[in-house]
Amino acid sequence: MSRAAIFRKISAATAALKTKAPRPEYDASITHSTPKLAGSNLLEIFSRNLAEVNGRALLSIAELADFLTKNEQLRGYCDPVLYERIGSPLAAAGLTVETTYERTRYDDYQFGITRASGAIAESGTLILDDEHTSRRLAALSPWVHVAVLERSTIHRTIGDALAALGDSPNIIWVTGPSKTADVEGILIEGVHGPGEQIALVL
Amino acid sequence: MFGTQLIDDYARQIADEKQASVLNGSAAGTEKRYQVLHQDYAQPDALRRLAGSIKDHTLHHLGDYLTQAEHSLTQRGVHVHFAETDEDARQTILTILQQHQVSRLTKSKSMAAEEIHLNPFLIDNGVECLESDLGEFIIQLDDDIPSHIVKPIIHKNRRGIANSFLREGVAEDYNDDPQTITRRARVFLRKKYMDAQACITGANFLCADSGRLVIVTNEGNSRFGMAPAPLHIALVGIEKLIPGEADLAVFLNLLGRSATGQQLTVYTEFINGPRSASQPDGPEQMHVVFLDNGRSSVLASNCREILRCIRCGACQNVCPIYRQASGHAYRSPYGGPIGAVLSPLLFGDRFPEFADLPKASTLCGACNEVCPVNIPIPDLLLRLRDKAKREAVPSPAAIPMAPFALLATSPNLWRSAMSMSKAMNHLPLDVAPIKPLQDWLGQRTLPPSKGGDFRKWMKTRRKPQH
Repeated sequence: MSRAAIFRKISAATAALKTKAPRPEYDASITHSTPKLAGSNLLEIFSRNLAEVNGRALLSIAELADFLTKNEQLRGYCDPVLYERIGSPLAAAGLTVETTYERTRYDDYQFGITRASGAIAESGTLILDDEHTSRRLAALSPWVHVAVLERSTIHRTIGDALAALGDSPNIIWVTGPSKTADVEGILIEGVHGPGEQIALVL
Repeated sequence: MFGTQLIDDYARQIADEKQASVLNGSAAGTEKRYQVLHQDYAQPDALRRLAGSIKDHTLHHLGDYLTQAEHSLTQRGVHVHFAETDEDARQTILTILQQHQVSRLTKSKSMAAEEIHLNPFLIDNGVECLESDLGEFIIQLDDDIPSHIVKPIIHKNRRGIANSFLREGVAEDYNDDPQTITRRARVFLRKKYMDAQACITGANFLCADSGRLVIVTNEGNSRFGMAPAPLHIALVGIEKLIPGEADLAVFLNLLGRSATGQQLTVYTEFINGPRSASQPDGPEQMHVVFLDNGRSSVLASNCREILRCIRCGACQNVCPIYRQASGHAYRSPYGGPIGAVLSPLLFGDRFPEFADLPKASTLCGACNEVCPVNIPIPDLLLRLRDKAKREAVPSPAAIPMAPFALLATSPNLWRSAMSMSKAMNHLPLDVAPIKPLQDWLGQRTLPPSKGGDFRKWMKTRRKPQH
């Protein structure tokens, strides 16, 4: 009943308009931020913009092992698909790596390693979707989230990434660690999601 | 009191401490937001105008886009509902929850849900409904109402929050360190997310072409709420539509910068269906409830541009009246310039109740300058003042303007009044026993009159030679 009533009212309102605004034509470049895109190397632009939002790009598994050890994030989850390539070397470096995530133990995982489906250089954004992310919760509940990114999947601009969104029913763009400034405008990281957002670029 | 606005009376009822928090909180970051937009774009105004014209186009063809969005969502297995009024929306959501025997859920921040008072309704109907945005969570603990669109607890300070945590059992001891407050909320809310049977969200945008709902948060609360929950219900105002995904490049870039000075909000989630078969986390069923609640009437009015609004809060931050009066003085979930336009329109049958709000503005135009969708807010405020005048809504605090109107419409009277006005400089007005005059002068200092000088200058000015 509501449906018909709403459409009736909308149609009466728009029919009364003397002129209707046409759909504007515009060049996508109007949305590009020139300073953010400075540079020619996509990985370099991505890493710079990720650092600006307090995220980190790491380029080797050894660097990741070092970071987790130094920050005492010693136990975590790794997508089974990535175990051989990443989980196993981390285990060899002394970290505890599990390939299953149990909801009841959500607080036991200090880090979570999952695959990114892409990234955006312009904004330092990681792209996760349902098909590449083995578990949404494993990319969200641990203090450290490590998104494993193939260098070839970095888009240059936000517009490029939108044009390639794909068909997944759930896609999330992650631009830095979870944060808030609700209390007196003071920036605090790690509200509900990760306090450390890492891109492991391979 | 003559010469004051109704909003002043409401503002006076708000504690000084709260007003100070709002004043500081709204002024903070204004410079940063301006710089971020202007550093990143050579022509930010062109981008703002483009965003406004995309929204206008969508609104002028709203029936078509809404039909398209409904079709796109249905194709993807999403259940679509329409709610004409706030009551319809509350009932629709309750019915879905009852069908799934939901007794506890989390909810991420939604202005539409605030507008229809969804929380208290669900709680009265036996559903535990917990706000998961940190600010909204604190509002709920205090049984308070938000006072800013983006910064709901802008009127609170750390001491009050620490006391609320202690009182409500979120914390076992008093600690007002903002980091500790945030960590305690993290621990408390995680248990609730994991235990919830549903998640309710709003939406920032809905793309008609793909049916994709776009939800942005910095905290990740909407993502966390949806990950363990088997049921997702999104409440979406019909004005949230945009034609296509490609247009998001315009809106996402503007929203983050205008709201918080960020290029992009941390989490931008695109959803158009239940979770994928391969994904263990996420809702198995998804519902979208389209909310009208007065929007189609606004579309029919001469203030329809306000429906472009993307709820960034930028106009609140820059408004001198909002900063001084603070959000609660606007008596609606929408405070500041956006509220001064939206509240009298949206709650149509209660127009007289909010008819004073369009006068709570100096028409300085700052709100229009920062608006990411270029809404001509000062023009809309004038149109609403006109509406109040036409509908003869009584204005309890207005200065009697009849004598001025008489002067201003008669050239002869005006001339003699101007030539006499200098004499007023020698009159002891501040002690004259005239009550309305005293009330008026009690709040401002009258500058010395220079009446008549312009006319003299005009007379001596020679006509330009062509």
